Amino acid sequence: MKHKNILIGILLIALYLAVYAAIGTGLIAPYYQVNLYLMGINIIAAVSLNLIVGFTGQLALGHAGFMAVGAYVSAVLTLKLGQPFLPAILAGAVCAFVIGIIIGLPTLRLTGDYLAIATLGFGEIIRGLLVNIDYVGGAAGINGIPKLTNWTWLYLFTLLTVFSIKNFVNSTHGRACIAIRDNELAAETMGINTTYYKVLAFSIGAFFAGIAGALYAHYFFLIQPATFSFMKSFDALVMVVFGGLGSITGSIIAAMAVTFMNAALINFGSLRMIIYALLLVIIMVFRPQGLMGTKEFTLKHLFRVKEGGSS
Amino acid sequence: METFIAQLLNGLSLGSIYALIALGYTMVYGIIQLINFAHGEVLMIGAFAGFYAITKLKLNFFLALIFAMVVSALLGIIIELAAYRPLRNSPRLAALITAIGVSLFLQNGGLVVFGADYVSFPQAVNKVTYKLLGGSVTVTSHQILILIVTIVMMLVLQYIVLKTKTGKAMRAVSFDKDAALLMGINVDSVISITFAIGSALAAVAGVLLGMYYQTIYPLMGTMPGLKAFVAAVLGGIGIIPGAMAGGFLLGIIETFVSGYWSTTYRDVVVFGLLIVILIVKPAGLLGKDTREKV
Repeated sequence: MKHKNILIGILLIALYLAVYAAIGTGLIAPYYQVNLYLMGINIIAAVSLNLIVGFTGQLALGHAGFMAVGAYVSAVLTLKLGQPFLPAILAGAVCAFVIGIIIGLPTLRLTGDYLAIATLGFGEIIRGLLVNIDYVGGAAGINGIPKLTNWTWLYLFTLLTVFSIKNFVNSTHGRACIAIRDNELAAETMGINTTYYKVLAFSIGAFFAGIAGALYAHYFFLIQPATFSFMKSFDALVMVVFGGLGSITGSIIAAMAVTFMNAALINFGSLRMIIYALLLVIIMVFRPQGLMGTKEFTLKHLFRVKEGGSS
Repeated sequence: METFIAQLLNGLSLGSIYALIALGYTMVYGIIQLINFAHGEVLMIGAFAGFYAITKLKLNFFLALIFAMVVSALLGIIIELAAYRPLRNSPRLAALITAIGVSLFLQNGGLVVFGADYVSFPQAVNKVTYKLLGGSVTVTSHQILILIVTIVMMLVLQYIVLKTKTGKAMRAVSFDKDAALLMGINVDSVISITFAIGSALAAVAGVLLGMYYQTIYPLMGTMPGLKAFVAAVLGGIGIIPGAMAGGFLLGIIETFVSGYWSTTYRDVVVFGLLIVILIVKPAGLLGKDTREKV
């Protein structure tokens, strides 16, 4: 067990240094850099949404709304109030977290379809409010946000997201969430406070979505309410579904693959979305649990190494 | 007072369109408990079918309307067959995600086939403006036509649902699918018919929307679709008179908000209303409260 952790740690550091060096020496062309950063941001968005949809079983369609909160709060802090980057990101994430609780408390009492439509409504409300606030530029949005997101921040926050959510899912709280997903009534009978755990998972997901939004804002230096439309929520949902509802590694792989596909199909415009939509329907019809299901991709699968002792 | 009446008339015509769309949502939800996210796109296809019927086939307005209804009804049946039927026994989440997928497929298919531009909808019916109350309030023939078409459609629907054998079968399936099956009702074909009727109503709404806004485009169905869903929830989802009432109410609220307050807050108010309804009375205005049985 210990050895495995050390090995993963070494691999992660090696990956960080390799990409850092590759960017520094100009080995990765700027166009690919954009996609690399998008990959990181998408991983954060997809993994955090997976906690809500995949592990807790609550279909939420307002993820872009939380990204918008994180993006706007952090951008206002760095650009207008001159605060450093790290507090700005955290403030954005905390705001998203708080709004997650405010939205979650009333709506998570609803089930399935109603929840989906309520969260979709909230995403639209957040967008509608942003259009009406002149301080953040209305429909034109905020321009000229300092470009503070670099590879180190991105990598750190991606790791932070993945490991926080992995540990959360493997904890007592996470098991409670999974129990709610599998059978809410049975979970309640077992003494699990379903509302508490649903709101908890929802707001933690919102927290990390806020981070994704903040990183996005400080890389692309322009954010508009239209950036965080329903389509952005849908993008994250596609990644979660492709990767598997309830598989963190699945979400990571899907986020990378979808970002790569986006870059490759960039000239096809609507055709790209048709392919996505078709894939989504086909996957749902033939494999409703997503490509990876709830399975995780582990080193054990990769090397077929037998672990000594108890794992 | 004059602005009030003018806004009310505007709200009624917009609301009747919402009501038509909401009927489709509510019927499908009533029978298979699925939010048909693709409903707004069926509306868009209907609007384009009407557009081509008028411009290319040179049909008059009413024939074009029927043509659009037939096209959309077929589309509705195909969507149900291809995407929803295989998932009827899978988790709700899977069906819901599929519905979103179908919606996006049709949207982007529309963008590829029809192009992303706004198309101006032909004025198949002459626009005549009538002045009421000494000229201070104006009513257009389009507003009257929208209202009349909607009311006729609703009466036809009520007749089908309440007086015909098919309608009886539909009510039976929505009440208890298994019992209906045991009574010898062909549940599959009843579901297909429900989709066909709902989609045909969406096509009417699409053509009327084209007339109301005078332009159509591939993404035209999304917002009205979402708002009509709000209307269906407002009136009580699964309840046909509820969808009608909710549609009219929502249309009136929306025009009043844009008329007296601000157009940019319109959507915020509509979705805020949805949240309030879901929290205060999830069964909707006309719905009965049902306690969850354990």
